[in-house]
Amino acid sequence: MDTPLIQIENLCKSFDGHEVLSGVSIDIPRGDSIVVIGQSGCGKSVLIKHLIRLLEPDSGRVLFDGEDISRLKTGELTRLRQRFGMLFQSAALFDSLTVAENVGLGLKESRRHSAAEVEDIVSEKLDLVGLSDAADKSPAELSGGMRKRAGLARAIAASPDVLLYDEPTTGLDPVTGDMINQLIVDLREKLSVTSVAVTHDLTSAYRIADRIVMLYNGRVQFAGTPDEIKSSTDPVVKQFISGSATGPIQV
Amino acid sequence: MANGLLELGRHGVSFVRTIGGIFILLGRLIASLKELHRSLGLFVEQLYVLGVRSLPLIVIISIFVGAVSAWQAAYQFKFIGAPLRFLGQAVGKAVVIELAPVLSAIVFAGRVGAGITAEMGTMKVTEQIDALESMGISPVRYLVLPRVLACLFMVPFLVIFANFVAIVGALVVSIIGVQISSETFLYGFRDSFQLSDFVNGLIKAAVFGFIIGLVGCYQGFNTYGGAQGVGRATTASVVISTVLILIFNFVFAVILFRI
Repeated sequence: MDTPLIQIENLCKSFDGHEVLSGVSIDIPRGDSIVVIGQSGCGKSVLIKHLIRLLEPDSGRVLFDGEDISRLKTGELTRLRQRFGMLFQSAALFDSLTVAENVGLGLKESRRHSAAEVEDIVSEKLDLVGLSDAADKSPAELSGGMRKRAGLARAIAASPDVLLYDEPTTGLDPVTGDMINQLIVDLREKLSVTSVAVTHDLTSAYRIADRIVMLYNGRVQFAGTPDEIKSSTDPVVKQFISGSATGPIQV
Repeated sequence: MANGLLELGRHGVSFVRTIGGIFILLGRLIASLKELHRSLGLFVEQLYVLGVRSLPLIVIISIFVGAVSAWQAAYQFKFIGAPLRFLGQAVGKAVVIELAPVLSAIVFAGRVGAGITAEMGTMKVTEQIDALESMGISPVRYLVLPRVLACLFMVPFLVIFANFVAIVGALVVSIIGVQISSETFLYGFRDSFQLSDFVNGLIKAAVFGFIIGLVGCYQGFNTYGGAQGVGRATTASVVISTVLILIFNFVFAVILFRI
């Protein structure tokens, strides 16, 4: 069997004495779409940020292609990060740049493309997310859904091997949310990337996941296909997917 | 008593952490110098945004700094019975070695240092700095280097203007308010002017600019807690820069201007 593209091994992380992740292990095979679900504040975003070393673990490690990413030197880390694309929760577009400049920034700074090539790629990616008309707008002029789509165009600009989505549909109306889900599914088919999404939106999770991992109390509570989670008898999983206030999960 | 000690200890730890953090950022900044050629465009942009746009403010404060220093010097001369023909000497020295560099730097810290921290702090809390890193772009090279270098070059540049404008302000007050002739004032100014004073003033200004840029970026990078956090970091940036400017100013006085 192939080595998984990403291996998360026994990851632990605390902030100010509060343990957020207490030994999380997940294998992410090449080409798979993994969705990590869990309550707000359960460490989903913290987990995803460890994959590109935006956060360093207290203990445990993350392997990419079998290599421990905590050992990478600055230049190697930069090259690793360039193989990822990330859509942030709030899209995190750069306020001082236009939409097109946002999408093209990573390409421009990587210095692997001429200005004309960058322009072509930017217009292709904006077209893919349906934002061709907004290329010259500033992020402040965009609606929430448009910001996410611009963030998505930026994430895929450098044709990454892995796409990370941090709450891709949070804060969007159901129709726009579904449009983003559709885009994620389409992108996966077109670009055949490995993707890791974290969300508490179950509709989105069922739609885009090959496999769902549920985090609870800093550990993996469940891992399986969308069908398996729906038929799970684990009371924690059942409470979470039914959205009930009563059960073992205490808010 | 125990609580007081605990509180003091906490402040001590936080102070040491801030100083350590500033030195770590300084190390990363020096390491990023080898990629300076990639940030030249951003550097030129910051020269304009941070420096040239500060010019009107510096000109306005310098007029009044010069004016009040002439007025107050004349007031003291009268008090001790010193002849007013020495006004040009006294005001010229005070402006070139102290007033222009220090007051311009403090005003620059309020305008530019605060602006840098607010911008970078907002970028931090809205994950824009994470986004840069996720794209393999070093925030130190892309954001910190152009800003710190722009501050380093622009504060001395502004101080040159501040010197000139403050002397003009002092001259006008001397002619109109103190009633000494422009020849007398300018003779006194020229008589006391030393190029080394002027250069030392600019060296001080460059160091002040560097402090403002570095502290501004450090505070921005270490912002947490939303809008309130940005406000807190911005205040801290101006307070720390101003205190450091005054401490370093004393150190410079002892080293550069021997009694």
